[in-house]
Amino acid sequence: MATTPTKSKNPIPNRERIKMPRQHMPEQPPLVRAQQFTEVNLGYSAELAQQEALRCIECAKPTCTETCPVGVKVKEFVQLIVEGNFLGAAAKIREDNVLPAITGRVCPQEDHCEGGCLLKKKGESLGIGYLERFVADYEQQHFDTKNIVKAPPTGKKVAIVGSGPSGLTAAGDLVQKGHQVHVFEALHEVGGVLTYGIPEFRLPKKIIREQVDYMRAMGVEFETDVVVGRTVTIDELLEEEGYDAVFIGTGAGLPQFMGIPGEHLNGVYSANEFLTRINLMHAYEFPKYDEPMVDFRGKNVAVIGGGNTALDAIRSALRLGAGKAYVLYRRSEAEMPARIEEVKHAKQEGIEFQVLAAPIEFLSDGKGWLSGARCQKMELGEPDASGRRRPVPIAGSEYEVPLSVAVIAIGTSANPIVQSTTPGLNTNKRGYIQADETTQRTSRKGVFAGGDIVTGSATVILAMGAGRRAAKGIDEYLKSGQW
Amino acid sequence: MFKIIHAQFIAPGIKRFILEAPRIARKQRPGQFVILRVNQTGERIPLTIERSDPEKGTVNLVVQSMGKTTHLLNSLETGDSILDVVGPLGKPSEIAKFGTVVVMGGGVGTAMAYPTAAALKRAGNRVITILGGRNKDLVLLEREMREVSDTVFVTTDDGSYADKGLVTDKLRQLIENGTRIDLVLAVGPIPMMRAVAEMTRKERIRTIVSLNPIMIDGTGMCGGCRVLIEGKSEFACVDGPEFDAHRVDFAVLVQRNSMYRDAEKRSMDDYKRELEAKKAAVKTEAETACVLEGK
Ligand SMILES: Cc1cc2nc3c(=O)[nH]c(=O)nc-3n(C[C@H](O)[C@H](O)[C@H](O)COP(=O)(O)OP(=O)(O)OC[C@H]3O[C@@H](n4cnc5c(N)ncnc54)[C@H](O)[C@@H]3O)c2cc1C
Ligand code: FES
Repeated sequence: MATTPTKSKNPIPNRERIKMPRQHMPEQPPLVRAQQFTEVNLGYSAELAQQEALRCIECAKPTCTETCPVGVKVKEFVQLIVEGNFLGAAAKIREDNVLPAITGRVCPQEDHCEGGCLLKKKGESLGIGYLERFVADYEQQHFDTKNIVKAPPTGKKVAIVGSGPSGLTAAGDLVQKGHQVHVFEALHEVGGVLTYGIPEFRLPKKIIREQVDYMRAMGVEFETDVVVGRTVTIDELLEEEGYDAVFIGTGAGLPQFMGIPGEHLNGVYSANEFLTRINLMHAYEFPKYDEPMVDFRGKNVAVIGGGNTALDAIRSALRLGAGKAYVLYRRSEAEMPARIEEVKHAKQEGIEFQVLAAPIEFLSDGKGWLSGARCQKMELGEPDASGRRRPVPIAGSEYEVPLSVAVIAIGTSANPIVQSTTPGLNTNKRGYIQADETTQRTSRKGVFAGGDIVTGSATVILAMGAGRRAAKGIDEYLKSGQW
Repeated sequence: MFKIIHAQFIAPGIKRFILEAPRIARKQRPGQFVILRVNQTGERIPLTIERSDPEKGTVNLVVQSMGKTTHLLNSLETGDSILDVVGPLGKPSEIAKFGTVVVMGGGVGTAMAYPTAAALKRAGNRVITILGGRNKDLVLLEREMREVSDTVFVTTDDGSYADKGLVTDKLRQLIENGTRIDLVLAVGPIPMMRAVAEMTRKERIRTIVSLNPIMIDGTGMCGGCRVLIEGKSEFACVDGPEFDAHRVDFAVLVQRNSMYRDAEKRSMDDYKRELEAKKAAVKTEAETACVLEGK
């Protein structure tokens, strides 16, 4: 469909727009929010959003769209905000991104759209993430699921394994194409990392529930408490349950430990366990919820790692009443993979960053509980395979930190359950599923895969991109029958 | 929702549930378990599957009241439902022809050892079973075990039934009598499994135990169930629950299982108080009714 370029409704000349300051995101004061799990960012008002949208200089070749992994038409949706057509803006985003309320909150915008924004060269980039969040929330408040138009049924059935962002995106796209979609999830709640990993103060569970309800209204079926590979195998889904295709989006959920002495002590957690207790099991609401957590009040807590997971864990510990909360990271702050906003928020809340340091032993109080960590200082050497400078231990730099709880957030790897129970499904050396980069096809006919289970831990938006490509690949396969 | 087709106490504080769970029933193998959550605010706990009926689509669980969750579970009746049940989880027991196998069950551990004992018998092994309990009531599944064993010995700690003593006393006798034992499977309280391991280590008898650490997901995702196996961390929910007893660090298992003792006690106390308050309310209601009716 050819679109005639509409004339900009923005009355401000470009040279003035460049000078306009970025609108700040209203947020809870640090000392208040550090006591509770409610969302830190409060969201733009319509006025703030329109004010911010006016800053867009409407590039002829928008690099923001080029740097977005799913190619959201940023310039166009921002112009719709300028015009006050917020539902139109949401619909524009939805053409490329089915979970805008989520990506608006957790996407590393600085690496994608905002990193590509030309305004950044002159000062601060456009608040694209904040704007996306605003229109998504506006749509949620004003949208009626009665308006959902369902596609005519194709009679084909697709099974989605795992309900993280890759699975949800694939499910949403496939149901829109008229296929019958059934999502299997191992846990008792859907959402993947969005539900069990990312805490309430960054991504309220309500947002995920609303997105899932929206999908239910479109016709997607969800079945929780099914561990594919154990409860039912991929082959059984294809041969006995009549599915025409399967998408595997099981994530990279296996926690890595450090392999240092003392890791089995009480008080040493993997970030996955720690965050699952809090988010999925509501341990922060003990004793209203039964899942217990060790008592954090007044205690020293450290997280090991520098990613979003590490910051989510330590900020949760703070909210549970930790006296002192540390981040121990073996490289420098510049190499931290966490979103910039999270690092900023963590510092405001009083989290202490000990960079260029790593524990080499967890110490016991003699009764089986953690009492501290022996750490080693690091300096940066030559860049490694990831392109980041490698941390090198400094001889004789050992020191001890007294600790009651340590949370290990140094990364995750592939969960082998599906791979080991699906004959003929090829994996790489590290156990991740091999899939074609455009169609997401695996080595097994009718089986597609995407998200962290293919790439290793990445991001929400990359997982969504894979889910979208898979939906396209599956749709083509179902129509042509060709493999 | 998983419907309870039948629920019945089989001993004081020990209840058997027959659950409608067709997917799990179809796939279950001896040695595997489920993780369940009773209601919205409940915790997730692992329970071994005693047996399943793939045709009827049911699985049996045997539950001993210990903390809040198991008490809550055991208050459920036929016709009630359990919110979430996921499984079958864990590696199935290794079933082969070993020769002579001694199966040892302590308390509810017997329910977990039962399906494996039956499978070992079907695989052509000579099965010697040793059942133990603190007292007569806590010796479980004796009749079922007799059906799948060549010989059954029973011990009670207090001597209220069969031989007074511990299951390990019986095992020692067997060893001292020169009985050739190719494999021991021990399922029960940690001190019992640990004692068995110590005894068979000296004799170099291969010994398998089924471990019960704290779990959440049961799929290898959280690492909370890690146990120390010859100095290396393994995840009981995916690498186990059965392990070579001689490689298990039981001290670490005991230590990790005590991690939430205070919180567990608090949950249990709150629960008891809640129950008493309910009872009291029912009583006052009944009394008020009596007064109103002029009785
Ligand atoms: C704490 C934390 C914070 C993060 N923060 C950010 C952030 O701010 N921004 C960002 O972009 N990214 C972030 N990430 C990364 C991002 O969440 C992941 O890259 C993304 O969720 C991957 O999506 P996925 O669909 O591949 O898998 P997942 O989200 O991992 O979902 C996989 C799902 O599959 C289920 N599953 C697994 N095995 C089976 C099975 N055998 N049968 C049935 N179901 C199964 C799992 O239970 C899970 O629900 C964070 C990750 C973590 C852990
Ligand atoms: S229970 Fe979570 S990894 Fe085993």
